[in-house]
Amino acid sequence: MKHTISVLVENEFGVLSRISGLFSGRGFNIESLSVAPTLEPNISRMTLVTTGDDRILEQINKQLNKLISTIKVVDFTGEAYVERELALIKVNAEADSRAEALRIVDIFRASVVDVTPKTYTIQITGAPAKIDGLIELLRPMGIKEIVRSGPIVMGRGAKGVTG
Amino acid sequence: MELTGSQILLESLQKEGVDTVFGYPGGAVINIYDDLFDSPLEHVLTRHEQAAVHAADGYARSTGKVGVVIATSGPGATNTVTGIATAYMDSIPMVIITGQVPTPLIGNDAFQEADMCGITRPCTKHNFLVQDIKDLARTIKEAFYIARSGRPGPVLIDFPKDIQIAKTKYKYPEKVNLRGYKPTYEGNTRQIAKAAKMFLQAKRPVLYVGGGINLSAANEELIKLSEMTQTPVTTTLMAMSGFPQNHPLALGMLGMHGTFYANMSVTECDLLIAVGARFDDRVTGRIDAFAKKSKVIHIDIDPTSIKKNVAVDLPIVGDLKDVLGKLGENLAESPDELAKLAENTADWRAIIGEWKQTHPMAYKQSDTIIKPQFVIEKIRELTADDAIISTEVGQHQMWTAQFFQFRHPRTFLTSGGLGTMGFGLPSALGAQVAFPGRQVVDISGDGSFQMNSQELATLVQYRLPVKIAILNNNFLGMVRQWQQMFFDKRYSQTCMELPIDFVKLAEAYGAAGLRCEKVSDVEGTIKKALETPGPVLMEFKVAREENVLPMVPAGKGIHEMVLAS
Repeated sequence: MKHTISVLVENEFGVLSRISGLFSGRGFNIESLSVAPTLEPNISRMTLVTTGDDRILEQINKQLNKLISTIKVVDFTGEAYVERELALIKVNAEADSRAEALRIVDIFRASVVDVTPKTYTIQITGAPAKIDGLIELLRPMGIKEIVRSGPIVMGRGAKGVTG
Repeated sequence: MELTGSQILLESLQKEGVDTVFGYPGGAVINIYDDLFDSPLEHVLTRHEQAAVHAADGYARSTGKVGVVIATSGPGATNTVTGIATAYMDSIPMVIITGQVPTPLIGNDAFQEADMCGITRPCTKHNFLVQDIKDLARTIKEAFYIARSGRPGPVLIDFPKDIQIAKTKYKYPEKVNLRGYKPTYEGNTRQIAKAAKMFLQAKRPVLYVGGGINLSAANEELIKLSEMTQTPVTTTLMAMSGFPQNHPLALGMLGMHGTFYANMSVTECDLLIAVGARFDDRVTGRIDAFAKKSKVIHIDIDPTSIKKNVAVDLPIVGDLKDVLGKLGENLAESPDELAKLAENTADWRAIIGEWKQTHPMAYKQSDTIIKPQFVIEKIRELTADDAIISTEVGQHQMWTAQFFQFRHPRTFLTSGGLGTMGFGLPSALGAQVAFPGRQVVDISGDGSFQMNSQELATLVQYRLPVKIAILNNNFLGMVRQWQQMFFDKRYSQTCMELPIDFVKLAEAYGAAGLRCEKVSDVEGTIKKALETPGPVLMEFKVAREENVLPMVPAGKGIHEMVLAS
């Protein structure tokens, strides 16, 4: 089962490799990982997506907590949360597909952030499934390049996750 | 007062109560060694950095204090890795200081540069690269705190040369503040009460005790708990000295080379109380056959150990000393029920008693050829109760665990988790440094001994009276045993074709050497070695193809043992 986990860590030398090394060393899956500092500059927040059964997830949770650099671990599975991902997609946009691409961008409330005579670069934010949907529709036109940020998540409601 | 980085290091070590460091100098730590020249700290110069780490490890295992190592950058530092991984697997508190190239050169493939934080990340509890002289004192404070608290482990400080020379105002911090690291020492009271209840309802309880028992110094609490509940105790390799093996409730070791009665007890029990143990594969054998008739209580200070390998009915996170103490107190409140428990479990102890009778730990003695087990029994007989025994890894290690009746905590130094050949001699060296007046014996094989035999020089230089007993079968015995049992006797690369003159080797270093080839000389040889001042190497020519039994073949349940006929 897929789990999205937020990890608050000390923003210090080597912390990213401590986390990624833990996953590779113990054979845990890691589907995506995104990291950036929080309001407190010495704390970074990582969002990682992983898969595994309950036993593996319990180990992932405990092993993350065991790292000295880890301040807090929150598994959002089973909680209400907002999930967003950003993607940039460079797609062929010539003659017949040029107008079609714009229509699709419109439907998905995405935007075009760079234009050449032959391509559009489209920016989209949303749940990962929405991005998957846009990619499927653009695929027949020929996607030249794609970058996805990996999802970030935040729990719904008034309570915040802080260090 | 302004001090240099290297002065701050040495001052801080003393603040942490360190009196002895083990190490090896080199270009990237030359400033530290210069200051060491005037420091009251003792330094033991080993002949290899790996041995320095094992020596500090032996010092830590025998004393409970933090072992400290200094090594230079690059190859000096990478040589420490096996030692660090050994300590990590067995949760030994250590601080390893490695020199590093100057900070402006880091990442440039400078001479003798190695990314030690990168290399040791998976085999340290934590590690640090000091990038600013202002962080140094705090880093040392944190390193010692992390090494010795919670589940102990090795911590590495990578210390660049320019920061050793830089100066700053020195003030050693009073406290550490690590917001991400707060080990749980006190067990949950409700969980402990539940454990007491489960205990009182058991008909066939067994205590399964791991290395945590010595680390937490909970030996008295364990003895009390087992006696008040009349519960038999089986110990892992790491805990053989954690519970007196001559105690009537002792079952000896369990697992791959465990006793028949320990393995059967675990297989047949209805309550397994795991204490500071981690259900290692060498203990459990086939995991789905392990203690499957039993409920499991697991007490450990490290939450990741719990439910890692087996399902647990009642987890208790905490320090064993606290949890076992409170569990004992809780049980003591119901003396009637305790009496009933002893009554209810009498049959169980009788069954175990029968197992002990029908399948005792034994070997076939010989008049003509020295049996390795016999040598070990004789060493036990002729040494003091508090003698410290180290081993290398292999057959001799298992025989020592099986036949050396350990009686005192922290008297058995062996590499359990990593299984590091070459551990025994340097760890004995470290223990002898810590306890100059006690008997220290390295029980060794001819294969393992040659992995760190250069440490004979260190023993002689520091006049450390370690006694070495090489059980020489001219084989890499444990691998040979596997080849005999599972590979149709195809002894691929396990015969040490070249016979070494170990006596001459000892003498070359200035140590005494004794050779023993006759059964009738075994006792005399050991006595002579123990009486001879200084380091002594004993070489026993033992039965070449003796096997370690019982043995649970890989992939079998621990009740499916190959027995000693």
